[in-house]
Amino acid sequence: MKQLASNEKVLMKGNEALAEAAIQAGCRHFFGYPITPQTEVAAYMAKRMPKIGGTYLQAESEVAAINMVYGAAAAGVRAMTSSSSPGISLKTEGISYLAGADLPALIVNVQRGSPGLGGIQPSQADYWQATKAPGHGDLHILVFAPSTIQEMVDMVFDAFELADTYRMPAMILADGMLGQMMEPISFPEKQVKQFDKFSWASCGHQGKRSHNVVNSLYLKPEQLEQMIQDRFQRYAEIQEKHTQWEEYLVEDADLVVVAYGATSRIVRSAINTARNQDYKVGMIRPKTLWPYPTKAIQQAAQHVKGFLSVEMSMGQMVDDVRLAVNGKVPVSFFGHTGGVVPTPAEVLAEIKKLLGGNQ
Amino acid sequence: MLEHLKPITIIVGHYGSGKTNLAVNLALDRKAAGQDVALVDLDTVNPYFRSADFKGLAEQAGIELVAPVYAGTNLDIPSLTARLDALIESGRPLVIDVGGDDAGAAALGRYSGLIREQGAYDLLYVVNRYRYLTRTAPEALEILWEIQKASRLQVTGVVNNSNLGEITTPEDVADTDTFAKETAESCQAPLLAVSVNRRFAASVGDLLRDRKIYPISIYVKKPWE
Repeated sequence: MKQLASNEKVLMKGNEALAEAAIQAGCRHFFGYPITPQTEVAAYMAKRMPKIGGTYLQAESEVAAINMVYGAAAAGVRAMTSSSSPGISLKTEGISYLAGADLPALIVNVQRGSPGLGGIQPSQADYWQATKAPGHGDLHILVFAPSTIQEMVDMVFDAFELADTYRMPAMILADGMLGQMMEPISFPEKQVKQFDKFSWASCGHQGKRSHNVVNSLYLKPEQLEQMIQDRFQRYAEIQEKHTQWEEYLVEDADLVVVAYGATSRIVRSAINTARNQDYKVGMIRPKTLWPYPTKAIQQAAQHVKGFLSVEMSMGQMVDDVRLAVNGKVPVSFFGHTGGVVPTPAEVLAEIKKLLGGNQ
Repeated sequence: MLEHLKPITIIVGHYGSGKTNLAVNLALDRKAAGQDVALVDLDTVNPYFRSADFKGLAEQAGIELVAPVYAGTNLDIPSLTARLDALIESGRPLVIDVGGDDAGAAALGRYSGLIREQGAYDLLYVVNRYRYLTRTAPEALEILWEIQKASRLQVTGVVNNSNLGEITTPEDVADTDTFAKETAESCQAPLLAVSVNRRFAASVGDLLRDRKIYPISIYVKKPWE
């Protein structure tokens, strides 16, 4: 395949950009199962992996795929799986095991309408699942929320690196719109950081150490508690160092809209129109959903008159906005669910409704 | 517009090459030229960004839109409609928007016998040099082979739809002419035209004086555009 020149732009679909970025970030082990609207991730991997000496395996189910990721990660290689909402539910047991065994891996969720089998149009109704309970137990996973195809690429690199640094699972939480749409992108030229996993991975001891066991079963309560407490210390460090967000026209804003992913593109468009009509409105866009930019919202709460969370759900992230605002100013919600995408006109109307007297 | 196309015009290509946008433009242009054209969405692979999304636009223009029964709904079942058999047999002008790659072309294979019987068809291969997996003529040819094998039909023309989405410049398009020429040669089919955003079609025309320019409107958009 022809090498890309430095900064050369190509036009890519979100799903294939995720897959190619993972390959360029050194992932050579993909285990998946088809489901709309993420199937192109698997289809792309099926085409590319054999040509570069990697492994693509279509598992017999999502449960099998996530456990293959567990095995590959335990052997010390970069491993990945992808699915869409119902399939992610099937993977949650495996995600908890990954977290409990301190294993790095990348899980992609291209969300669709839910609950149950739901629909196949875009949604953000898996926010609670991704950020509160991606599996059973006391645990967090890193959750990245890209809003452009370029960010999907960049965040795949970040996600693998942070997952390896802190030895924990990372998720890219996208949606059907991002997965299916096309945008021009370029691939970063950065050197992929190498991690020495010999000390903990089950990759052969070469006679240099006793054999490693990768496991999440600890039957002594005191030992299990200690492990979880150590893990939560690492979580606190991640919250301190790796929370990512973008602020857009927040400084003089009376109203701050909080939105992530594809929805933030719709909100930005509405804000631009509102600003032209002299409404003082801005946006805080979380780029990581765990860790969540609580401090940025707290800070904005010092000077704004209210917040509006816009989501493709019945209102899930709005809980975290309320926790951050802690009753200081009103927090409203607007959204659609089930695969219905809010329009810029609807968001604009909501902004005007809230800022009615403030123009 | 693209003149002298046979009554049945079939659009195939790598997914994301711009098939749907081209198909919608062709259908509207043929209708405006007085042909009683129907637009057929044959995409059984991708539920997003497809011809069926333009039902309103087609209806407004008086174009019959033929789509899988469940297109645009939340039902994850690709299905074909019997209406298409009747339309192909009727000899009426058709623009058929096929799903991407060989996976999408498999549905076209189901109709290949019927289409060959009719005789008068064009199979247009849409290429975009800025798509990551089709940046060289050999790569584009490989995908065409797979499409021809799955569809059991032969390409009759190549349309260069190279673009970088919203950031495309006339120079970006002109730069792809050699690629398009090489691709057409290796596909053993004529390079019919370069399809270009109407806004800067004239500028591309200045840069590519010997090439047929097909100005198109951009209908496939994102919710915030």
